[in-house]
Amino acid sequence: MEKKKRTYIADIQRGIYDQKNEFKYKYKSEKGLTSKIVKEISREKNEPQWMLDFRLKSLEIYNSKPVPTWGPDLSDLDIDNIVHYIRPDADISTDWDEVPEDIKKTFDSLGIPEAEKKSLAGVGAQYDSEIVYHNIKQELVDQGVVYTDMETAMKDYEDIVKEHFMKLVPPNDHKFAALHGAVWSGGSFVYVPEGVKVDIPLQSYFRLNAPGAGQFEHTLIIVEKGAEVHFIEGCSAPKYSVNNLHAGCVELFVKEDARLRYSTIENWSKNMYNLNTKRAVVDKNGTIEWVSGSFGSKVAMLYPMSILRGERAKAEFTGITFAANGQYLDTGSKVVHAAPYTTSNINSKSISKDGGYALYRGLLRVAPNAHGSKSTVSCESLMLDNESNSDTIPIIDLKNDDIDIGHEAKIGRISDEAIFYLMSRGISEEEAKAMIVRGFVEPIAKELPLEYAVELNNLIKIELEGTIG
Amino acid sequence: MNKKILDIKNLRSKVDETEILKGLDLEMNKGEIHIMMGPNGAGKSTFANVLMGHPKHEIIDGEIIFNDKIINDLSVDKRAKEGMFLSFQYPEEIPGVTVENFLRNAKMTLTGENQGVFAFRKVLKEKMKLLEMDESYASRYLNQGFSGGEKKKNEILQMVVLEPKLAILDETDSGLDIDAIRIVSNGVKAFSNDDNAILVITHYNKILDYLEPDFVHILVDGKIVKTGGIKLAREIEEKGFEEFK
Repeated sequence: MEKKKRTYIADIQRGIYDQKNEFKYKYKSEKGLTSKIVKEISREKNEPQWMLDFRLKSLEIYNSKPVPTWGPDLSDLDIDNIVHYIRPDADISTDWDEVPEDIKKTFDSLGIPEAEKKSLAGVGAQYDSEIVYHNIKQELVDQGVVYTDMETAMKDYEDIVKEHFMKLVPPNDHKFAALHGAVWSGGSFVYVPEGVKVDIPLQSYFRLNAPGAGQFEHTLIIVEKGAEVHFIEGCSAPKYSVNNLHAGCVELFVKEDARLRYSTIENWSKNMYNLNTKRAVVDKNGTIEWVSGSFGSKVAMLYPMSILRGERAKAEFTGITFAANGQYLDTGSKVVHAAPYTTSNINSKSISKDGGYALYRGLLRVAPNAHGSKSTVSCESLMLDNESNSDTIPIIDLKNDDIDIGHEAKIGRISDEAIFYLMSRGISEEEAKAMIVRGFVEPIAKELPLEYAVELNNLIKIELEGTIG
Repeated sequence: MNKKILDIKNLRSKVDETEILKGLDLEMNKGEIHIMMGPNGAGKSTFANVLMGHPKHEIIDGEIIFNDKIINDLSVDKRAKEGMFLSFQYPEEIPGVTVENFLRNAKMTLTGENQGVFAFRKVLKEKMKLLEMDESYASRYLNQGFSGGEKKKNEILQMVVLEPKLAILDETDSGLDIDAIRIVSNGVKAFSNDDNAILVITHYNKILDYLEPDFVHILVDGKIVKTGGIKLAREIEEKGFEEFK
């Protein structure tokens, strides 16, 4: 046999994702978290009193809750060393030409302005703590669709924001929801009026450039009766030697007969703690579809939740998690069937390699009144070598036995025989592995918007380079 | 012109600490069809795997000369690029990779030339027709959910598309019904020409009703103990392998 190469490099170059800009800002808070800092953030944003009160109350809750110990180890995350608010050296604009050159270049290389021209109905771009660009096609504005940054929404749609903000994910939900309530900044607000079908997607992209910083964007989407929209969220950051923190919050309200697809490709750098909370509530006959790709981060705890509270409401979750060296990705999905004849389909896949740890944690809860409901859960894990790990923790809580459930979990290793088989057709070992991995994620990749499917393939290529052995 | 394509000298191999091939010699020329028969445990599948370069098997002595080149140390994919092909006894299922994409990819890798999507599809369809395969197989995931017979046909399809110089068929006929054996044999015959060679490893005789081998080899305990023509195979059919043990 030829001598096998083993050329693993701990910090693989992740190309454009790792391009750092000089750390420039207009304002930043001190490190750590105090009521003084929270008040400063609120003052910087000229917020109404109720929001300041909300922030301070959240801070209290944050301080009263212990760090959760049921999941990944968070002991290395030191809140006192995180800068919670950084206003970039840019004002929000609806014109890329007005965005400062270095920031614009970052989004250019991520392909955002290009995608906007080709395949999106609206774009938001956040850099550190604030949105620097937000734009939406005029025809959607004419139909009453609102797509703007949360700060603007706070001013222009204060009543709607006040009615919904952190009602689905209240600050006492868990410690990092409380943290979010205290220091949230940026994010997108979407409102789709009754009956309006937005047929091309909206996309918000969140970029954290600053070292040792936190990003706490809030996304609030309301899809009114019979309306439809597809929202895409992208996230990335360059790698630093200090820990960064992302504790965003996503609240989705899907009304009767409405449909919302929420796609995420998360590619944070491997110094990031991604402790994100996402939740959707779905009314009668409504549908929420989650498409979720988790590739980056040092530690992730992410379990998008669907609450099916109207009859015949439906939830679909399609997720892929890729854990490489130094990554502990604890991801999954939660569904609460809280009305009769509701349906959920969970399809999750994970890949681990080079000592990475990918865990599926799921919750399926069926309320006493949810008779005639259906749920299928399928999770599959693929481990690329013997150092990597994978696990499945599905929790099923049934308060009703008139329900149809299917559950399937498979954990496997990439088989030497499969590699041999592909190589016997002339394909190199590296390409054989990539082919098997791409095939494994194919059912997920085809759910992604095209440019993200391409990105997914590139990420797999980047992750698999130099892992022969 | 040298017609010799394969020259194996005193090949010995082991897996873990067990020696399986114990000094095997075999020569094959272009244009020939060889049959290798032997009782269970003789080392037939091991031989196929050692030839193709399965990493589990270690060569401890001898040489494999393929296309005038010693290939003992060549990796599996490089052997394939030299023109070697193995039809697997138990083909692997590769979810998410369609037959068409896989084969097109392999063909590009082997030839180093781009294969236009439509031109390739046309060739693929012709070959599928030859093997009486439904066109829908092209867009199915490689071997996934295929029956035993469908997997074997799919192996032969790969062979006729990739056009190797030496095809080793490891028990391709086992588990096939008469119809499938006929179809597979027709595929093999259509593929066979003056420029390639085929080694059929089998322990049934059925396939011999369709193929006309130039040589029949009997493999017992890791060695070829007898070589002859079609008559030898008929003898085995009557008497079994007892007298060679």
